[in-house]
Amino acid sequence: MLYREAGQFKTSYAADAAIFPIRQDRIAMLILLAVATVGVPLWADEYWLTSIFVPFLVFATAALGLNILTGYCGQLSLGTGGFMATGAYAAYKLSTAFPSMSIVVVLLLAGLITAAVGVVFGLPSLRIKGFYLAVATLAAQFFLLWLFNKVAWFTNYSPSGVISAPPRTVAGYHVTGSAAQPVVKYLFLLGFVGVLALSAKNLVRSRTGRAWMAIRDMDIAAEIIGIRPLWTKLLAFSVSSFYIGIAGAMWAFVYTGSVEALAFDINRSFQVLFMIIIGGLGSILGSFLGAAFMVLLPILLNRAPQLLGIRLATDTVSHLEFIVFGVLIVFFLVVEPHGLARLWAIGKEKLRLWPFPH
Amino acid sequence: MDLTLPFFVEVLIGGLLTGVMYALVALGFVLVFKASGIFNFAQGAMVLFAALTYVGLLELGTGAVLAFVLTALVMVLLAVAVERVVLRPLVNQEPIILFMATIGIYYVLDGFGQMLWGSDIKALDLGIASDPMTFLARPDAPEGDPWKYGIMVNRFDLTAAAVAAVLVLALALFFQKTRIGRALRAVADDHQAAQSVGIGLPAIWVIVWSVAGLVALVSGLAWGSKLGVQFTLALITLKALPVLILGGFTSVPGAIVGGLIVGAGEKLAEVFIGPLVGGAIEDWFAYMLAMLVLLVRPQGLFGERIIERI
Repeated sequence: MLYREAGQFKTSYAADAAIFPIRQDRIAMLILLAVATVGVPLWADEYWLTSIFVPFLVFATAALGLNILTGYCGQLSLGTGGFMATGAYAAYKLSTAFPSMSIVVVLLLAGLITAAVGVVFGLPSLRIKGFYLAVATLAAQFFLLWLFNKVAWFTNYSPSGVISAPPRTVAGYHVTGSAAQPVVKYLFLLGFVGVLALSAKNLVRSRTGRAWMAIRDMDIAAEIIGIRPLWTKLLAFSVSSFYIGIAGAMWAFVYTGSVEALAFDINRSFQVLFMIIIGGLGSILGSFLGAAFMVLLPILLNRAPQLLGIRLATDTVSHLEFIVFGVLIVFFLVVEPHGLARLWAIGKEKLRLWPFPH
Repeated sequence: MDLTLPFFVEVLIGGLLTGVMYALVALGFVLVFKASGIFNFAQGAMVLFAALTYVGLLELGTGAVLAFVLTALVMVLLAVAVERVVLRPLVNQEPIILFMATIGIYYVLDGFGQMLWGSDIKALDLGIASDPMTFLARPDAPEGDPWKYGIMVNRFDLTAAAVAAVLVLALALFFQKTRIGRALRAVADDHQAAQSVGIGLPAIWVIVWSVAGLVALVSGLAWGSKLGVQFTLALITLKALPVLILGGFTSVPGAIVGGLIVGAGEKLAEVFIGPLVGGAIEDWFAYMLAMLVLLVRPQGLFGERIIERI
């Protein structure tokens, strides 16, 4: 009843190709943007900003990147953590070597460097497919982390191996370093992620995105209809690594402020992979839903025993968290293997009819 | 760095024996992958869970034999549960979904096992001494002769390797000669065709996961008495993966050969190349090796040839 497109006619190609062809979607998006840009900074307290919204935006960027590679181009990768580390260390080297460089440029360049690294590790994908490729990307994960741990040049010879983000400003406001306000961090990330998400959305709707999906669905058939697998797969690897690299740099610079290579271990890779699978493979919206789910779930699990008034030993709680987490993953896969994004789509279909039965 | 022949052989043998232990874990993967096409990430957690259960039962005062039997029973029950709760509702889903589901199982087993039996490191003594045995020593040789002290090999590693060899032989016979083994191979070949000649998929899956559970138990005991029973056992999975892709997902002998190559390769690399680049290259060497092999043979050394059709 409320959500129906009856009477909304498209009279131009531009209208037909719009990202949100239905008016209700446009209104909802505007409300969402208003809440994100005005509402959250006004009402969210420091805890919500620093431990929920900021990691959410960082993870959403990483999930976007992995979704481009795995969800759209069908190349399973377990090297996300390694690529995030590459972004973080590249940003650190750039910002310490060129102190006057704007943080925005640093993040973008870090993304580009990660993209180049991603292309190198994407080369085997031309011959290796499926789970064989997944294990091959683990080579990237372990090799990159080892490199950042062992070669002191990457940490500017810091004895502890920890890199700390130097304080940097955007338009006079601190976004990194200890002087940065959570609100500023949040808004900075929001702007960045907004632009990245919009370009990802448009990229996957374009010729490039369709080529990726053709490769995903069947690469031999795609090759026969004239899609070049070499360029298409490597482009997916580079764009994906670009996003993941930026996410890693954001993690190190804006979210935690200081980081060591261990923060980007194999568990980080799995975490991001969970996000896109629970959120929805091959869906931009899904990347955000999955990131939100995975950021909120541990916090909820951590707090649930307190809220229910049960007292448990801390190690029991952490083991319970593991169990609940695993059960939830299996449960979600059984109920809806296509993720939260599909649930959302089904919900919208239902809303078109509601409250009528037919 | 003394580059004498005995030292080289010693490192090589040590690596090969470790490789057999890797192969034990990889075997579990191969079994499940062969029969259901599922990449079972939970194998490592099954290793941990089996070892924890065994040690836990021992601490409760059961004898070694009873504990082994009970743990084997638990692993069979686990297989039934996995088939019922996870695999059956996910029939016909894409491999990546099933893979994620096994990661879910990994978390559940990891948490459940440690909650049940505690998370401290437990020692596991199988009654096999781990003293070094010396071969080819020439005690009467003059000081400085590289062969004076011979080649030292860990007795425990040798025993574990022997057990692994027996296990592999038994599994190969089971797959080739028995009726169930034939059914397993039929399912691996084509689910639908197997069903249409009257092979029940659920039963086959329970059997496969049970056998994988038993393999996990044996490797859990071997690794557990080597490293102590603790949560890092589950991470053995990550070491088994390059073994797996080197040998090919679908080949039992491949798992063994892959294990030997990875074990020997990474020990030799660590000892002879490691010092040149700052050490700890064991972490990634196996993966790089596996990746290079895959570039030449995308199906692994012994895997079935991948044929793609439109």
